[in-house]
Amino acid sequence: MRSLMDRCCSRCTHSPQTPCKDYVLCRRDGPFCHDDPECKRRRKAWLNSRFPPPGSGQRRLLVCGGLTCGAAGSFSLPEAFRKAIEKAGLEEQVTVTLVGCLGLCEEGPLALVMPERVLYCRLKLEDVAAIVEEHFKGGKPVERLLFRDDTGKTYPFLPEIPFYRKQQRVVLERCGYINPEDIAEYIAAGGYRALTSVLFSLSPEEVIEEIKKSGLRGRGGAGFPTGKKWEAARRVPSSKRYVICNADEGDPGAFMDRALLEGDPHAVIEGMIICGYAIGSDEGYVYVRAEYPLAVKRLRIAIEQAYAAGLLGENILGSGFSFHLHINEGAGAFVCGESTALMASIEGNRGIPRIKVPRSTEKGLFGKPTVLNNVETFANVPLIILRGSQWFANIGTKGSKGTKIFALSGKVKHTGLVEVPMGTTLKELIFDIGGGIKGGKRFKALQIGGPSGGCIPEDMLDLPIDYESLTGAGAMMGSGSIVVMDEDNCMVNTARFFLNFTERESCGKCTPCREGTKQMLNILERITRGEGSPSDLSLLEFLGQVVKATSFCGLGTSAPNPVLTTLRFFRSEYLQHVTERRCSAGECMALRRFVILAEKCIGCGACAYVCPVKAIKGEKKKPHHIDEKVCVKCGRCFEICRFQAVKRL
Amino acid sequence: MEEAILEEVVRIYRGKPEKLIAALLALQRHYGYLPEPALRTLAQELGVPLSKVYGVATFYAQFRLKPRGKHTVCVCLGTACHVRGSEQIFHALKRELGVEPGDTTADGRFTLEVVSCVGACSMAPVVVVDEETHGRLDPEKALALLKKY
Ligand code: SF4
Ligand code: SF4
Ligand code: FES
Ligand code: FES
Repeated sequence: MRSLMDRCCSRCTHSPQTPCKDYVLCRRDGPFCHDDPECKRRRKAWLNSRFPPPGSGQRRLLVCGGLTCGAAGSFSLPEAFRKAIEKAGLEEQVTVTLVGCLGLCEEGPLALVMPERVLYCRLKLEDVAAIVEEHFKGGKPVERLLFRDDTGKTYPFLPEIPFYRKQQRVVLERCGYINPEDIAEYIAAGGYRALTSVLFSLSPEEVIEEIKKSGLRGRGGAGFPTGKKWEAARRVPSSKRYVICNADEGDPGAFMDRALLEGDPHAVIEGMIICGYAIGSDEGYVYVRAEYPLAVKRLRIAIEQAYAAGLLGENILGSGFSFHLHINEGAGAFVCGESTALMASIEGNRGIPRIKVPRSTEKGLFGKPTVLNNVETFANVPLIILRGSQWFANIGTKGSKGTKIFALSGKVKHTGLVEVPMGTTLKELIFDIGGGIKGGKRFKALQIGGPSGGCIPEDMLDLPIDYESLTGAGAMMGSGSIVVMDEDNCMVNTARFFLNFTERESCGKCTPCREGTKQMLNILERITRGEGSPSDLSLLEFLGQVVKATSFCGLGTSAPNPVLTTLRFFRSEYLQHVTERRCSAGECMALRRFVILAEKCIGCGACAYVCPVKAIKGEKKKPHHIDEKVCVKCGRCFEICRFQAVKRL
Repeated sequence: MEEAILEEVVRIYRGKPEKLIAALLALQRHYGYLPEPALRTLAQELGVPLSKVYGVATFYAQFRLKPRGKHTVCVCLGTACHVRGSEQIFHALKRELGVEPGDTTADGRFTLEVVSCVGACSMAPVVVVDEETHGRLDPEKALALLKKY
């Protein structure tokens, strides 16, 4: 028995052709159909090697194989570790595996030693030997590779690191702790038990009731109650229904769905099968961005393994219920996050939204009743079934139940993947978990909800994270991207940036969205060039309201949000641009000027060397100067000068 | 043009107009772009008008109608990268390569592309060269990157 999925002995009768309802439980706690201490022992031994209990002398090294750590070089680490472990003669005691995102991406490549949970940061190939020697052999963690805060204090154990302390990781519980390419580990960690209990002890109506009682709302954007959606699809008489998982994750700055698919793909699959059972559907699609090749690969492996185990396909576990699952790769269009556009795309068309009457729950994919939820929503479903709707409803606030996963990025110290109960304040998220602003700079704003969301200023950071509070502030939960900005970010330029995005991504169906965003963008470009006038501000507000009120789909109706919120909360910055022709953050290129202060310049020539247009002249060891007519205001001289001799005006 | 690949794609997707996007992705994976003759064949075999094939190919950001250089340099201009200075990187690369996004250098070595987020926001700003993601860049490091290819 090399895997938990293998039969323990010839008496085990399970195969997808001869399904058995006890299969999932049996793999971990069995065998049930025959009694043999030797079979039980072998299962236990396998489990201990993957999930070593404390005190057993067994260890497991989890190397983060999420996209970020991978790009920082983690993919070559497991092989190096295995070699070093073998050389030290420890292969019986320590196993190594590549896992999904562990969360603290900023400090990657990460590796976690189980069962003691010692976390290593910023690993390089050169560090492998030290960890094997000092930790695995000598029993002492390698101090210099531990997480270190600003004061220099080190934190050996993951749960003690401030980044993790305030989090409540339930949906992400397995992400980073199991091998995402092995269904056995998902099952060993309690996976597919929810599906089993749904298939054999709940009616579809009871499943829907349970989801409704939990208060789960869609994690993809607007927050529509999930149970209600399922109920609506079930009620429409039809011989065919579809389940779609939206993994298009188009919001720039969002990577929660990618991380879940890369780290715990079976949780999403299990949620989809349960949904299929509840609404009476035998076919599902996962619509995933082609920009996420690793997620697609892991999902593909997971689906294959689920089929091989008889957890997908015909007559699942002998229940009589069948469900088939396909992957559909998107091709890069933000508007496809819109449900109707996404379905058009699966049907092979341009992703253009259609009018939402009738709703997709009545006439969706190929004209059939369809439930569309996003990755995180589906990943919540098995949890609710397993631990009960009451457990779920106890987490969070009155209107927003459960937890929410966020992707923290921008100028915050600890970027990464975070899961907190609803109702946590933005301040806790940015300062306690995120560690505040990088490099001692000042917080200016955070952008939540992507291009459809808004920018929230410092004095509103006490806002609790729930659907209603965020909408009230002109922002929205969105899918969960949070981008933090500091004093060096210009809010006018930020608004221009978002509009540039939505203008480009507008599918072109409605005039207000297509042309309105273009006009707004023109005005914003004018302002950032220093050619705006005070009347532009009210014009922007007016246009924003029109686009909001008259566009058809979510993209258009929310496109003005970043502009409207920045106008509301950062008006003085706009005024500075249009009256003083100044950008104090220094981001608006046209408004910048660079001069060299003769008294500080030592004539090292570094600036002249980096200047791409050779605008800087001067003799060695004598003060240099910038020819402003040639200068393209790139700021490279400003960044490179070590003597603060280049001044930005 | 390698006919075998086209035939293979046609064989898998013949008569399945709803698989147009998958077929286009498959073609592009092999050719690096979507050559016109291949699109004509595809339109016929799938049973969709050529105008629709082009409609779809031009709608989605992933598809290219022009051949690409040896390497693709793709600058992320997503929000997280933006606030950490990706625009400066973009300008630096654009100036160095002397091309607009979507175009290829005269020597055929590099194609410049832009993207809005590849999901590696925690290590912003990010540039993806071919399949490799590089993070925590600044203009200097990004320019130095080109020398590696
Ligand atoms: S609002 Fe914009 S993106 Fe949405 S349908 Fe209209 S034009 Fe297309
Ligand atoms: S801002 Fe850029 S172009 Fe202008 S002098 Fe400095 S390096 Fe040269
Ligand atoms: S990718 Fe490794 S911690 Fe996120
Ligand atoms: S914004 Fe650049 S990777 Fe996400």
